[in-house]
Amino acid sequence: MPMDRRTRRDAKNRPKAAVLAGLMMGTLAMSGCGPAQADNTLTWYINPDAGGQAAIAQKCSDESGGSYRIETSLLPSDAASQREQLARRLAAGDSSLDIMSLDPPFIPELAEPGFLAPVPEDVQQSTTENVVEGALAGATWKDELVTVPFWANTQILWYRKSVAEAAGLDMSKPVTWEQIMEAAKSQEKTLGVQGASAESMTVWVNALIESAGGSIIVDPEATADTIELGLDSDAGTAAAEVISTIGKEGLGGPGLPTQDENASLIGFQGDSGSFMVNYPFVWPATSGAVEAGTVDKKVLDDIGWGIFPRMTEDQESAPPLGGINLGVGAESSNPELAYEAIQCIVSVENQAEYFVTNGNPPSNTEAYEDPRIEESFPMAETIRDSLQVAAPRPQTPFYNEVSTGIQQTWAPPAAVDPESTPGSSSDFITSVLRGEQLL
Amino acid sequence: MTSAIPAKTTTASSSDPGPRLDAGNGKTNGRTRRAPQQYSDRVRAERRLGWMLAGPAFVIMLLVTLYPILQAIYESLFRFRLTAPDEREFIGLGNYGVILSDPVWWSDLGTTVLITVITVAVELVLGFALALVMHKALKSVRGLLRTAILVPYGIITVVSAFAWFYAFDISSGYVNNWFGWLPGIDENLNWFAQGPTALFVIMASEIWKTTPFISLLLLAGLAQVPDELSEAAKVDGATWWEQMRKVIIPNMKAAIMVAVLFRALDAFRIFDNVFIMTNGAYNTEVLSLLAYRQSISRLEIGLGSAVSVLLFLCVLLICFVAIKLFKVDLAGTQGEK
Repeated sequence: MPMDRRTRRDAKNRPKAAVLAGLMMGTLAMSGCGPAQADNTLTWYINPDAGGQAAIAQKCSDESGGSYRIETSLLPSDAASQREQLARRLAAGDSSLDIMSLDPPFIPELAEPGFLAPVPEDVQQSTTENVVEGALAGATWKDELVTVPFWANTQILWYRKSVAEAAGLDMSKPVTWEQIMEAAKSQEKTLGVQGASAESMTVWVNALIESAGGSIIVDPEATADTIELGLDSDAGTAAAEVISTIGKEGLGGPGLPTQDENASLIGFQGDSGSFMVNYPFVWPATSGAVEAGTVDKKVLDDIGWGIFPRMTEDQESAPPLGGINLGVGAESSNPELAYEAIQCIVSVENQAEYFVTNGNPPSNTEAYEDPRIEESFPMAETIRDSLQVAAPRPQTPFYNEVSTGIQQTWAPPAAVDPESTPGSSSDFITSVLRGEQLL
Repeated sequence: MTSAIPAKTTTASSSDPGPRLDAGNGKTNGRTRRAPQQYSDRVRAERRLGWMLAGPAFVIMLLVTLYPILQAIYESLFRFRLTAPDEREFIGLGNYGVILSDPVWWSDLGTTVLITVITVAVELVLGFALALVMHKALKSVRGLLRTAILVPYGIITVVSAFAWFYAFDISSGYVNNWFGWLPGIDENLNWFAQGPTALFVIMASEIWKTTPFISLLLLAGLAQVPDELSEAAKVDGATWWEQMRKVIIPNMKAAIMVAVLFRALDAFRIFDNVFIMTNGAYNTEVLSLLAYRQSISRLEIGLGSAVSVLLFLCVLLICFVAIKLFKVDLAGTQGEK
């Protein structure tokens, strides 16, 4: 069939059009924009894990019957970098932030300027039943639920049964910091604590102060100019005494000033291990190491667990609280669908599954009744009990400043002085918040 | 940075033996003199072509570098936190006042200058030695030698920083075991727990990583020293050291200065090594990390911009001092004098 003029012209222009299309696609690819996605696709910004969140995303997408599809997008590995990326994207009005895995201490900072979409009433009701107190506190800002609790984390006391026995400690009852320090000293072993100038230091300081009945921030809702810190108090001094003693007497070993959770675990698994405060990942990590042949089976059999040590015998401890909550970006184009998906993600069944496969404990107490949990985590009951009494880190929009200020003034542990550190740390953080000093 | 490597083919006199001797239209006792009005038509045409080829890139570079600089200067006049967009407030030079009156700025500046001075000095000596080895190496092994020496420079800084960190780390490192026989090193030495030892590792990794760069620049300088000069000196009975001191080094002064300037600027902006190894803990913080902490970690755009602007001014000052006081001749190594 002969071509008419128009077809001929089209045929002639085709290479040009192809080049143009290619250029446009190239430009789009370079600018990070792709073709518009289907309306029911949700992006879930997840923190790195062992694939559990991606599996839940797939499962919920399948179960939704096509009403939404969740795609996961990986955030950086540490909480501070996750916050940095999310805050920048939220401030820029990125509409791809449909669902976000958020570390609780950073939630007020994102909720305060209205970066998070409000949680609908029905979702609030359906996702908060049977949820542990601490996780709820972490999901709330100014008495309003701004995120949905997903999983909760806490530190418990891990110990080597042989060392505790040799030191004559009765581990069936709660122990105090004084007792474990004495025990480690008498047995010439090292304590597993996190003395690095990092986020883990804030976690430790906060837990010690809360356990002594104090708080790092008196009124978390105060503005930067009026904020009042509770560091320079009896509780702050008591916390400094514990940290200083461990540092000065070498109870944390030579690695203490740079020791984070992973380094503590390695030390605890070694010959000098005695007592350690750390997250539940310790158990799957040690079991895995035994299977891989890098740690002796005897070490695993020798490990016991209990609630975080007390500051005084008669006062219950307030263990560290962590975990992940789910938030929806205010600029998300699909907030309703996002909350529908979140309800699926945080279901009791998924939380239990996530614990068993990834080692991240549920925030919903009902999930602990899953029989698989007891099998994989014999200390699940201790974890649940710990979550019930755990205290969150300061919930303030200025958490990053407070935390970095603590990291810079409470490390290395050997340099902590109970007389002066709480006061100087408090002055430093206050002047940083008032914009008078660099951090 | 590659612009410092001689690019003979781009010059009008590319067929001549070397830039020191070829430049300009005449030479007097090895020295050159400028006479732009005497350029031939061909040279002028080639210069025009050069501008036409490089012009667009120059304009784009100006746009992409000038815009962020101006933006940073503007932002630095505000108290502005990214997560409190409604509280933006104009405070003039207030941020600069806070920074310059804070001992943290001065201590970070001190650390940065210390790292810059020590690394550049050590690299210059090591780099020169390596350049001499490469220059004199047998033809058959020359290629292999140059490749081998360049390997560290080819490694991404973050990767090399991690490698050095894990080597020296007290729980995973092997350095304490291997070098336990040296005084001061034992298995309990925590390199990253105090400033001096942490800075030692940071500087060592920096030196290991960028000495090849300096040696490459110096090799280019060495290659430009005409053999006749050193041969003449040898005939006159000069020792090896005298040849170095009186013939070779003076004749490659421009290459040395360019190497020092480039490395000094690079070292002054050090970030990756410190970020990975200590994250600024225990008095190891440098200025770029301070800027990062204010603008990226704290999201204090105003204060962070002010730190960045001050950092930029420091870099400008280094350039100014190097070019004016030490008379660095950037064109000299390009054969374009």
